[in-house]
Amino acid sequence: MTQPFRDALKSGKFVVTSEIGPPKGTNLDTMIHHIGLLKDVVDGMNVTDNQSSVMRYPSLGGALLVKEHGGEPILQMTCRDRNRMALEGDLLFAHSRGINNVLCLTGDAVPVGDHKEAKAVFDLDSSQLLYTIRTMEKGKDLGDNDLDGTIDFCAGAIVTPEANPPEPQLMKFKKKVRAGAEFIQTQAIYDMENFKRFMEYARQFDVKILAGIILLTSHRMAMYMNKNVPGVFVPQNLIDEMKAAPKGTKVAKGIEIAGRQVRQIKEEGICDGVHIMAIGKEEVVPDILQAAGIG
Amino acid sequence: MKSITRAKPIETVIRALEGYERVFIAGCGTCATMCHTGGVNEVAQMRAALEEAGKLVTGTLVIPTACDAVTYECLEQNKQALEDAQVVLVMSCAFGVQTVAGYAGRPVQPALDTLFFGLEDQPGHFSEVCMQCGECVLAYTGGICPITACHKGLLNGPCGGTNDGKCEIDNTIDCAWTLIYNRLKEIGRLDLMEQFYEPKNYQAMPKPGKVVIEVEAGEES
Repeated sequence: MTQPFRDALKSGKFVVTSEIGPPKGTNLDTMIHHIGLLKDVVDGMNVTDNQSSVMRYPSLGGALLVKEHGGEPILQMTCRDRNRMALEGDLLFAHSRGINNVLCLTGDAVPVGDHKEAKAVFDLDSSQLLYTIRTMEKGKDLGDNDLDGTIDFCAGAIVTPEANPPEPQLMKFKKKVRAGAEFIQTQAIYDMENFKRFMEYARQFDVKILAGIILLTSHRMAMYMNKNVPGVFVPQNLIDEMKAAPKGTKVAKGIEIAGRQVRQIKEEGICDGVHIMAIGKEEVVPDILQAAGIG
Repeated sequence: MKSITRAKPIETVIRALEGYERVFIAGCGTCATMCHTGGVNEVAQMRAALEEAGKLVTGTLVIPTACDAVTYECLEQNKQALEDAQVVLVMSCAFGVQTVAGYAGRPVQPALDTLFFGLEDQPGHFSEVCMQCGECVLAYTGGICPITACHKGLLNGPCGGTNDGKCEIDNTIDCAWTLIYNRLKEIGRLDLMEQFYEPKNYQAMPKPGKVVIEVEAGEES
Protein backbone atom coordinates (compact mmCIF):
# COMPACT_ATOMS: atom_id res chain seq x y z
CA MET A 1 0.00 0.00 0.00
CA THR A 2 1.35 3.44 -0.83
CA GLN A 3 2.07 5.76 2.10
CA PRO A 4 2.22 9.27 0.63
CA PHE A 5 2.58 11.10 3.95
CA ARG A 6 5.23 8.78 5.39
CA ASP A 7 7.09 8.97 2.06
CA ALA A 8 6.96 12.77 2.20
CA LEU A 9 8.41 12.72 5.72
CA LYS A 10 11.15 10.36 4.66
CA SER A 11 11.96 12.25 1.47
CA GLY A 12 13.51 15.15 3.35
CA LYS A 13 11.28 17.66 1.58
CA PHE A 14 9.65 20.47 3.54
CA VAL A 15 6.39 18.87 4.67
CA VAL A 16 3.13 20.78 4.98
CA THR A 17 0.06 19.53 6.82
CA SER A 18 -3.18 21.28 7.60
CA GLU A 19 -6.35 20.65 9.47
CA ILE A 20 -9.95 19.83 8.62
CA GLY A 21 -12.60 20.20 11.29
CA PRO A 22 -15.63 17.96 10.86
CA PRO A 23 -19.03 19.66 11.18
CA LYS A 24 -21.51 19.52 14.02
CA GLY A 25 -24.13 17.63 12.07
CA THR A 26 -24.28 15.76 8.80
CA ASN A 27 -23.88 18.65 6.38
CA LEU A 28 -20.48 17.82 4.92
CA ASP A 29 -20.48 20.49 2.18
CA THR A 30 -18.01 22.88 3.83
CA MET A 31 -15.69 20.05 4.79
CA ILE A 32 -15.72 18.65 1.25
CA HIS A 33 -15.06 22.16 -0.07
CA HIS A 34 -12.05 22.52 2.24
CA ILE A 35 -10.72 19.10 1.29
CA GLY A 36 -10.89 20.15 -2.38
CA LEU A 37 -8.96 23.35 -1.66
CA LEU A 38 -6.23 21.64 0.32
CA LYS A 39 -5.69 18.19 -1.14
CA ASP A 40 -3.16 19.29 -3.74
CA VAL A 41 -1.29 21.85 -1.65
CA VAL A 42 -0.60 19.88 1.54
CA ASP A 43 1.02 16.51 2.24
CA GLY A 44 -1.59 15.50 4.78
CA MET A 45 -4.78 16.74 6.37
CA ASN A 46 -5.43 16.20 10.07
CA VAL A 47 -9.05 15.38 10.76
CA THR A 48 -9.86 16.51 14.29
CA ASP A 49 -11.54 14.22 16.83
CA ASN A 50 -14.30 15.96 18.83
CA GLN A 51 -11.92 18.89 19.06
CA SER A 52 -12.02 20.90 22.30
CA SER A 53 -14.35 18.19 23.66
CA VAL A 54 -17.13 19.44 21.37
CA MET A 55 -19.19 16.60 19.87
CA ARG A 56 -18.90 16.52 16.07
CA TYR A 57 -18.96 14.25 13.03
CA PRO A 58 -16.31 11.63 13.83
CA SER A 59 -12.69 11.94 12.77
CA LEU A 60 -12.81 8.44 11.31
CA GLY A 61 -15.71 9.43 9.03
CA GLY A 62 -13.94 12.67 8.16
CA ALA A 63 -10.72 10.82 7.34
CA LEU A 64 -12.62 8.50 4.97
CA LEU A 65 -14.14 11.54 3.33
CA VAL A 66 -10.68 13.04 2.78
CA LYS A 67 -9.61 9.74 1.25
CA GLU A 68 -12.68 9.56 -1.01
CA HIS A 69 -11.97 13.07 -2.26
CA GLY A 70 -8.38 12.38 -3.14
CA GLY A 71 -6.59 13.73 -0.07
CA GLU A 72 -4.20 12.11 2.39
CA PRO A 73 -5.87 12.00 5.81
CA ILE A 74 -4.11 12.07 9.18
CA LEU A 75 -6.63 10.54 11.56
CA GLN A 76 -6.63 12.29 14.93
CA MET A 77 -7.52 9.96 17.77
CA THR A 78 -8.03 11.10 21.35
CA CYS A 79 -8.27 8.86 24.40
CA ARG A 80 -11.07 10.87 25.99
CA ASP A 81 -14.12 9.21 24.44
CA ARG A 82 -13.14 5.58 23.83
CA ASN A 83 -11.53 2.85 25.87
CA ARG A 84 -8.71 0.67 24.58
CA MET A 85 -11.08 -1.80 22.92
CA ALA A 86 -12.87 0.91 20.96
CA LEU A 87 -9.58 2.56 19.95
CA GLU A 88 -8.09 -0.75 18.82
CA GLY A 89 -11.21 -1.54 16.81
CA ASP A 90 -11.09 1.87 15.14
CA LEU A 91 -7.43 1.31 14.27
CA LEU A 92 -8.33 -2.00 12.57
CA PHE A 93 -11.13 -0.29 10.65
CA ALA A 94 -8.99 2.70 9.66
CA HIS A 95 -6.24 0.45 8.33
CA SER A 96 -8.71 -1.73 6.41
CA ARG A 97 -10.03 1.39 4.66
CA GLY A 98 -6.66 2.71 3.58
CA ILE A 99 -6.07 5.34 6.23
CA ASN A 100 -2.30 5.43 6.68
CA ASN A 101 -1.67 8.04 9.34
CA VAL A 102 -2.72 8.54 12.93
CA LEU A 103 -2.06 11.42 15.31
CA CYS A 104 -2.27 10.19 18.91
CA LEU A 105 -3.64 12.63 21.47
CA THR A 106 -4.73 12.34 25.07
CA GLY A 107 -7.63 14.71 24.38
CA ASP A 108 -8.98 17.81 26.07
CA ALA A 109 -10.89 17.47 29.33
CA VAL A 110 -14.64 16.91 29.14
CA PRO A 111 -15.61 20.06 31.12
CA VAL A 112 -14.05 22.41 28.54
CA GLY A 113 -16.45 21.16 25.86
CA ASP A 114 -20.16 21.08 25.11
CA HIS A 115 -21.11 17.80 26.82
CA LYS A 116 -20.20 18.79 30.34
CA GLU A 117 -21.89 15.80 32.00
CA ALA A 118 -20.25 13.15 29.82
CA LYS A 119 -18.13 10.41 31.35
CA ALA A 120 -14.45 10.88 30.46
CA VAL A 121 -12.61 7.70 29.54
CA PHE A 122 -8.80 8.17 29.43
CA ASP A 123 -8.28 4.41 29.63
CA LEU A 124 -5.07 5.13 27.67
CA ASP A 125 -2.96 8.26 27.25
CA SER A 126 -1.30 9.55 24.09
CA SER A 127 1.96 7.65 24.62
CA GLN A 128 0.06 4.46 25.43
CA LEU A 129 -1.97 4.87 22.24
CA LEU A 130 1.30 5.03 20.28
CA TYR A 131 2.43 1.91 22.14
CA THR A 132 -0.89 0.26 21.23
CA ILE A 133 -0.32 0.94 17.52
CA ARG A 134 3.20 -0.46 17.62
CA THR A 135 1.97 -3.51 19.58
CA MET A 136 -0.82 -4.19 17.08
CA GLU A 137 1.63 -3.82 14.19
CA LYS A 138 3.44 -6.82 15.65
CA GLY A 139 0.21 -8.82 15.39
CA LYS A 140 -1.09 -8.64 18.95
CA ASP A 141 -3.81 -6.62 20.63
CA LEU A 142 -3.50 -5.17 24.14
CA GLY A 143 -5.02 -8.34 25.58
CA ASP A 144 -2.06 -10.24 24.05
CA ASN A 145 -4.34 -11.98 21.58
CA ASP A 146 -3.28 -12.70 17.99
CA LEU A 147 -4.69 -10.49 15.23
CA ASP A 148 -5.87 -12.04 11.98
CA GLY A 149 -4.50 -9.34 9.72
CA THR A 150 -2.47 -6.57 11.24
CA ILE A 151 -2.11 -2.81 10.86
CA ASP A 152 0.58 -0.37 9.70
CA PHE A 153 0.46 3.32 10.50
CA CYS A 154 2.62 6.38 10.20
CA ALA A 155 1.96 7.44 13.78
CA GLY A 156 2.58 10.81 15.33
CA ALA A 157 1.87 12.91 18.37
CA ILE A 158 2.06 16.51 19.56
CA VAL A 159 4.21 18.62 21.81
CA THR A 160 3.83 22.05 23.40
CA PRO A 161 7.31 23.59 23.18
CA GLU A 162 6.32 26.75 25.08
CA ALA A 163 4.65 25.02 28.03
CA ASN A 164 5.46 26.31 31.48
CA PRO A 165 7.25 24.55 33.10
CA PRO A 166 8.80 23.05 29.93
CA GLU A 167 10.68 20.08 31.42
CA PRO A 168 7.70 17.77 32.07
CA GLN A 169 6.47 18.37 28.48
CA LEU A 170 9.91 17.57 27.09
CA MET A 171 9.99 14.34 29.10
CA LYS A 172 6.59 13.42 27.68
CA PHE A 173 7.85 14.29 24.19
CA LYS A 174 10.74 11.89 24.68
CA LYS A 175 8.36 9.18 25.87
CA LYS A 176 6.19 9.65 22.79
CA VAL A 177 9.17 9.30 20.50
CA ARG A 178 10.32 6.18 22.33
CA ALA A 179 6.77 4.76 22.18
CA GLY A 180 6.96 5.02 18.41
CA ALA A 181 6.07 8.53 17.18
CA GLU A 182 7.48 9.10 13.69
CA PHE A 183 6.34 12.71 13.51
CA ILE A 184 5.45 15.43 15.96
CA GLN A 185 3.17 18.37 15.24
CA THR A 186 3.72 21.20 17.70
CA GLN A 187 1.30 23.52 19.41
CA ALA A 188 1.32 26.95 17.74
CA ILE A 189 4.69 28.66 17.85
CA TYR A 190 5.21 32.37 17.26
CA ASP A 191 8.55 33.08 18.91
CA MET A 192 11.17 31.60 16.60
CA GLU A 193 14.03 31.99 19.08
CA ASN A 194 12.14 29.96 21.68
CA PHE A 195 11.28 27.40 19.03
CA LYS A 196 14.90 27.11 17.92
CA ARG A 197 15.86 26.31 21.51
CA PHE A 198 13.24 23.54 21.56
CA MET A 199 14.57 22.22 18.26
CA GLU A 200 18.08 21.99 19.68
CA TYR A 201 16.64 19.50 22.17
CA ALA A 202 14.35 17.75 19.67
CA ARG A 203 17.12 17.21 17.11
CA GLN A 204 18.62 14.54 19.37
CA PHE A 205 15.75 12.26 18.45
CA ASP A 206 14.90 10.43 15.27
CA VAL A 207 11.54 12.10 14.67
CA LYS A 208 10.21 14.62 12.17
CA ILE A 209 9.01 17.90 13.65
CA LEU A 210 6.28 19.97 12.02
CA ALA A 211 5.94 23.43 13.56
CA GLY A 212 2.39 24.48 14.43
CA ILE A 213 1.23 27.67 12.73
CA ILE A 214 -2.06 29.24 13.79
CA LEU A 215 -3.37 32.04 11.57
CA LEU A 216 -3.83 35.27 13.53
CA THR A 217 -6.99 37.13 12.56
CA SER A 218 -6.82 40.03 15.04
CA HIS A 219 -4.68 41.33 17.87
CA ARG A 220 -7.51 40.42 20.25
CA MET A 221 -7.30 36.81 19.16
CA ALA A 222 -3.58 36.87 19.92
CA MET A 223 -4.20 38.32 23.37
CA TYR A 224 -6.97 35.80 24.00
CA MET A 225 -4.65 32.92 23.15
CA ASN A 226 -1.90 34.29 25.38
CA LYS A 227 -4.36 34.39 28.24
CA ASN A 228 -6.35 31.23 27.65
CA VAL A 229 -4.55 28.71 25.47
CA PRO A 230 -1.99 26.66 27.39
CA GLY A 231 1.50 26.86 25.89
CA VAL A 232 0.72 29.51 23.27
CA PHE A 233 2.77 32.69 23.44
CA VAL A 234 2.33 35.44 20.85
CA PRO A 235 5.10 38.04 21.29
CA GLN A 236 4.16 41.69 21.69
CA ASN A 237 5.68 42.74 18.34
CA LEU A 238 3.23 40.45 16.48
CA ILE A 239 0.30 41.71 18.56
CA ASP A 240 1.34 45.27 17.64
CA GLU A 241 1.68 44.34 13.99
CA MET A 242 -1.85 42.90 13.94
CA LYS A 243 -3.18 45.93 15.79
CA ALA A 244 -1.59 48.37 13.34
CA ALA A 245 -3.15 46.66 10.30
CA PRO A 246 -6.08 48.75 9.00
CA LYS A 247 -9.58 47.37 9.44
CA GLY A 248 -10.51 44.95 6.69
CA THR A 249 -6.89 43.88 6.21
CA LYS A 250 -6.44 41.93 9.44
CA VAL A 251 -6.73 38.50 7.83
CA ALA A 252 -4.36 39.59 5.06
CA LYS A 253 -1.89 40.66 7.76
CA GLY A 254 -2.33 37.33 9.52
CA ILE A 255 -1.63 35.52 6.24
CA GLU A 256 1.48 37.66 5.75
CA ILE A 257 2.77 36.87 9.26
CA ALA A 258 2.04 33.14 8.94
CA GLY A 259 3.65 33.10 5.48
CA ARG A 260 6.71 34.87 6.85
CA GLN A 261 7.02 32.32 9.66
CA VAL A 262 6.69 29.37 7.30
CA ARG A 263 9.28 30.91 4.96
CA GLN A 264 11.74 31.46 7.81
CA ILE A 265 11.30 27.90 9.11
CA LYS A 266 11.87 26.52 5.64
CA GLU A 267 14.75 28.76 4.62
CA GLU A 268 16.64 28.35 7.89
CA GLY A 269 15.84 24.65 8.03
CA ILE A 270 14.64 25.07 11.62
CA CYS A 271 12.50 21.92 11.46
CA ASP A 272 11.07 19.46 8.94
CA GLY A 273 7.86 21.21 7.98
CA VAL A 274 4.79 23.01 9.23
CA HIS A 275 1.32 22.15 10.43
CA ILE A 276 -1.04 25.00 9.56
CA MET A 277 -4.15 25.45 11.67
CA ALA A 278 -6.39 28.04 10.08
CA ILE A 279 -9.33 27.27 12.42
CA GLY A 280 -12.38 27.93 10.26
CA LYS A 281 -10.43 29.84 7.58
CA GLU A 282 -9.09 26.80 5.74
CA GLU A 283 -9.58 28.56 2.41
CA VAL A 284 -6.62 30.85 3.13
CA VAL A 285 -4.11 28.02 3.65
CA PRO A 286 -3.03 28.16 -0.03
CA ASP A 287 -2.52 31.94 0.41
CA ILE A 288 -0.28 31.36 3.44
CA LEU A 289 1.78 28.88 1.44
CA GLN A 290 2.00 31.30 -1.47
CA ALA A 291 3.13 34.06 0.91
CA ALA A 292 5.80 31.63 2.12
CA GLY A 293 6.94 30.99 -1.42
CA ILE A 294 5.67 27.42 -1.44
CA GLY A 295 3.29 26.09 -4.08
CA MET B 1 -9.33 9.90 55.90
CA LYS B 2 -12.87 11.18 55.82
CA SER B 3 -15.85 10.83 53.58
CA ILE B 4 -16.35 14.26 52.02
CA THR B 5 -19.94 15.29 51.39
CA ARG B 6 -21.87 18.21 49.94
CA ALA B 7 -25.46 19.11 50.81
CA LYS B 8 -28.02 18.60 48.09
CA PRO B 9 -29.94 21.83 47.39
CA ILE B 10 -32.82 22.13 49.87
CA GLU B 11 -35.32 22.27 46.97
CA THR B 12 -34.04 18.89 45.79
CA VAL B 13 -34.43 17.45 49.30
CA ILE B 14 -37.97 18.78 49.66
CA ARG B 15 -38.91 17.51 46.20
CA ALA B 16 -37.57 14.06 47.10
CA LEU B 17 -39.80 14.04 50.19
CA GLU B 18 -42.94 14.70 48.17
CA GLY B 19 -45.73 12.40 49.31
CA TYR B 20 -44.25 12.06 52.81
CA GLU B 21 -45.54 14.17 55.68
CA ARG B 22 -43.68 12.73 58.68
CA VAL B 23 -39.90 12.73 58.55
CA PHE B 24 -37.16 11.55 60.93
CA ILE B 25 -33.78 13.26 60.42
CA ALA B 26 -30.48 11.48 61.13
CA GLY B 27 -27.13 13.30 60.97
CA CYS B 28 -23.62 11.98 61.57
CA GLY B 29 -21.17 13.08 64.25
CA THR B 30 -18.04 12.18 62.30
CA CYS B 31 -17.28 13.06 58.68
CA ALA B 32 -20.50 14.97 57.96
CA THR B 33 -20.00 17.03 61.11
CA MET B 34 -16.48 17.89 59.98
CA CYS B 35 -17.79 18.87 56.52
CA HIS B 36 -20.56 20.96 58.10
CA THR B 37 -23.14 18.98 56.17
CA GLY B 38 -24.70 16.71 58.80
CA GLY B 39 -23.73 17.85 62.31
CA VAL B 40 -25.92 19.23 65.11
CA ASN B 41 -26.30 22.66 63.48
CA GLU B 42 -27.11 21.37 60.03
CA VAL B 43 -29.66 18.90 61.39
CA ALA B 44 -31.37 21.75 63.32
CA GLN B 45 -31.39 23.90 60.17
CA MET B 46 -32.85 21.05 58.17
CA ARG B 47 -35.56 20.55 60.78
CA ALA B 48 -36.53 24.22 60.52
CA ALA B 49 -36.52 24.13 56.71
CA LEU B 50 -38.69 21.03 56.58
CA GLU B 51 -41.14 22.41 59.12
CA GLU B 52 -41.38 25.57 57.08
CA ALA B 53 -42.14 23.36 54.07
CA GLY B 54 -45.05 21.88 56.02
CA LYS B 55 -43.45 18.61 57.13
CA LEU B 56 -43.83 17.11 60.57
CA VAL B 57 -40.41 16.21 61.95
CA THR B 58 -40.99 13.27 64.33
CA GLY B 59 -37.47 13.41 65.73
CA THR B 60 -33.82 14.15 65.02
CA LEU B 61 -30.62 12.42 65.95
CA VAL B 62 -26.94 12.90 65.27
CA ILE B 63 -25.54 9.37 65.20
CA PRO B 64 -21.94 9.35 66.51
CA THR B 65 -20.64 7.51 63.42
CA ALA B 66 -23.47 6.67 61.04
CA CYS B 67 -21.54 3.98 59.19
CA ASP B 68 -20.80 2.09 62.43
CA ALA B 69 -22.75 -0.89 63.80
CA VAL B 70 -23.66 1.25 66.85
CA THR B 71 -26.09 3.03 64.52
CA TYR B 72 -28.54 0.24 65.24
CA GLU B 73 -28.55 0.94 69.03
CA CYS B 74 -28.92 4.67 68.37
CA LEU B 75 -31.92 4.12 66.17
CA GLU B 76 -33.38 1.68 68.71
CA GLN B 77 -33.22 4.39 71.38
CA ASN B 78 -35.26 6.61 69.08
CA LYS B 79 -37.65 3.84 68.13
CA GLN B 80 -40.89 5.72 68.73
CA ALA B 81 -39.91 8.81 66.72
CA LEU B 82 -38.60 6.58 63.98
CA GLU B 83 -41.78 4.53 63.83
CA ASP B 84 -43.85 7.69 63.69
CA ALA B 85 -41.99 8.74 60.55
CA GLN B 86 -42.79 7.63 57.01
CA VAL B 87 -39.26 8.32 55.81
CA VAL B 88 -35.76 8.88 57.23
CA LEU B 89 -33.75 11.78 55.85
CA VAL B 90 -30.09 10.89 56.33
CA MET B 91 -27.53 13.67 56.53
CA SER B 92 -24.41 11.52 56.26
CA CYS B 93 -22.26 10.10 53.50
CA ALA B 94 -23.61 7.27 51.38
CA PHE B 95 -22.03 4.76 53.72
CA GLY B 96 -24.16 6.05 56.60
CA VAL B 97 -27.26 6.16 54.39
CA GLN B 98 -26.76 2.49 53.52
CA THR B 99 -26.26 1.58 57.17
CA VAL B 100 -29.39 3.43 58.29
CA ALA B 101 -31.35 1.92 55.39
CA GLY B 102 -30.47 -1.53 56.67
CA TYR B 103 -32.04 -0.84 60.08
CA ALA B 104 -34.75 1.74 59.49
CA GLY B 105 -37.46 -0.52 58.05
CA ARG B 106 -38.75 2.38 55.95
CA PRO B 107 -37.57 4.42 52.98
CA VAL B 108 -34.46 6.56 53.42
CA GLN B 109 -33.58 9.72 51.53
CA PRO B 110 -29.99 10.97 51.29
CA ALA B 111 -29.71 14.69 52.01
CA LEU B 112 -26.05 14.78 50.93
CA ASP B 113 -23.98 13.81 47.92
CA THR B 114 -20.83 11.87 48.70
CA LEU B 115 -17.92 13.36 46.74
CA PHE B 116 -14.74 11.51 47.68
CA PHE B 117 -12.59 10.19 50.47
CA GLY B 118 -10.11 12.85 51.46
CA LEU B 119 -8.35 15.01 53.97
CA GLU B 120 -8.98 18.47 55.35
CA ASP B 121 -5.60 20.09 54.58
CA GLN B 122 -6.63 23.41 56.10
CA PRO B 123 -9.92 24.50 57.66
CA GLY B 124 -12.63 24.12 55.03
CA HIS B 125 -10.26 22.82 52.34
CA PHE B 126 -10.82 19.19 51.47
CA SER B 127 -8.66 17.19 49.04
CA GLU B 128 -9.08 13.74 47.65
CA VAL B 129 -6.09 11.53 48.38
CA CYS B 130 -6.88 8.09 46.98
CA MET B 131 -9.35 6.67 44.48
CA GLN B 132 -8.69 3.11 45.57
CA CYS B 133 -7.66 1.99 42.09
CA GLY B 134 -6.38 -1.38 43.26
CA GLU B 135 -2.88 -1.03 41.81
CA CYS B 136 -0.84 1.54 43.72
CA VAL B 137 1.58 3.61 41.63
CA LEU B 138 2.87 5.93 44.37
CA ALA B 139 6.33 4.37 44.25
CA TYR B 140 6.84 5.85 40.78
CA THR B 141 5.38 9.28 41.39
CA GLY B 142 7.11 10.54 44.51
CA GLY B 143 4.14 9.68 46.69
CA ILE B 144 1.69 11.94 44.79
CA CYS B 145 -1.17 10.03 43.18
CA PRO B 146 -1.72 10.85 39.49
CA ILE B 147 -4.83 8.66 39.33
CA THR B 148 -6.43 10.90 41.95
CA ALA B 149 -4.75 14.29 41.53
CA CYS B 150 -4.68 14.43 37.70
CA HIS B 151 -8.09 15.21 36.19
CA LYS B 152 -7.46 12.64 33.46
CA GLY B 153 -5.70 10.12 35.72
CA LEU B 154 -2.68 10.05 33.39
CA LEU B 155 0.27 7.76 34.08
CA ASN B 156 2.92 9.06 31.70
CA GLY B 157 3.26 12.74 32.45
CA PRO B 158 1.21 15.89 31.91
CA CYS B 159 -1.27 16.50 29.11
CA GLY B 160 -0.98 19.55 26.86
CA GLY B 161 -3.64 21.38 28.82
CA THR B 162 -1.44 22.17 31.79
CA ASN B 163 -0.55 25.83 32.17
CA ASP B 164 1.80 27.48 34.65
CA GLY B 165 1.60 24.41 36.84
CA LYS B 166 -2.20 24.46 36.94
CA CYS B 167 -4.88 22.15 35.55
CA GLU B 168 -6.70 22.64 32.24
CA ILE B 169 -10.10 22.48 33.91
CA ASP B 170 -9.49 24.94 36.73
CA ASN B 171 -6.56 27.31 37.24
CA THR B 172 -6.94 27.04 41.02
CA ILE B 173 -6.12 23.31 40.89
CA ASP B 174 -2.47 22.24 40.74
CA CYS B 175 -1.34 20.13 37.80
CA ALA B 176 -0.57 16.78 39.41
CA TRP B 177 2.27 16.12 36.99
CA THR B 178 3.94 19.42 37.76
CA LEU B 179 3.79 18.48 41.46
CA ILE B 180 5.14 15.02 40.67
CA TYR B 181 7.91 16.47 38.52
CA ASN B 182 8.95 18.87 41.30
CA ARG B 183 8.87 16.12 43.93
CA LEU B 184 10.86 13.64 41.83
CA LYS B 185 13.38 16.34 41.01
CA GLU B 186 13.70 17.20 44.70
CA ILE B 187 14.37 13.57 45.66
CA GLY B 188 16.68 12.97 42.71
CA ARG B 189 14.45 10.39 41.00
CA LEU B 190 13.43 12.04 37.71
CA ASP B 191 14.43 8.72 36.12
CA LEU B 192 11.07 7.41 37.35
CA MET B 193 9.29 9.99 35.22
CA GLU B 194 11.30 8.97 32.18
CA GLN B 195 9.96 5.44 32.41
CA PHE B 196 7.06 4.46 30.18
CA TYR B 197 4.10 2.98 31.98
CA GLU B 198 2.00 0.53 30.01
CA PRO B 199 -1.80 0.76 30.02
CA LYS B 200 -3.13 0.37 33.54
CA ASN B 201 -5.18 -2.58 34.72
CA TYR B 202 -8.53 -0.98 35.45
CA GLN B 203 -9.92 -4.31 36.63
CA ALA B 204 -7.47 -4.46 39.54
CA MET B 205 -10.11 -2.68 41.60
CA PRO B 206 -12.82 -5.26 42.31
CA LYS B 207 -16.25 -3.97 41.31
CA PRO B 208 -18.33 -4.41 43.32
CA GLY B 209 -15.55 -4.17 45.92
CA LYS B 210 -15.44 -7.29 48.03
CA VAL B 211 -12.40 -8.93 49.54
CA VAL B 212 -12.29 -11.93 51.84
CA ILE B 213 -9.16 -12.53 53.91
CA GLU B 214 -8.44 -15.47 56.15
CA VAL B 215 -8.53 -14.47 59.79
CA GLU B 216 -6.97 -16.84 62.30
CA ALA B 217 -9.02 -17.92 65.29
CA GLY B 218 -8.52 -15.54 68.19
CA GLU B 219 -7.73 -12.63 65.91
CA GLU B 220 -11.36 -11.78 65.28
CA SER B 221 -12.36 -8.52 66.79
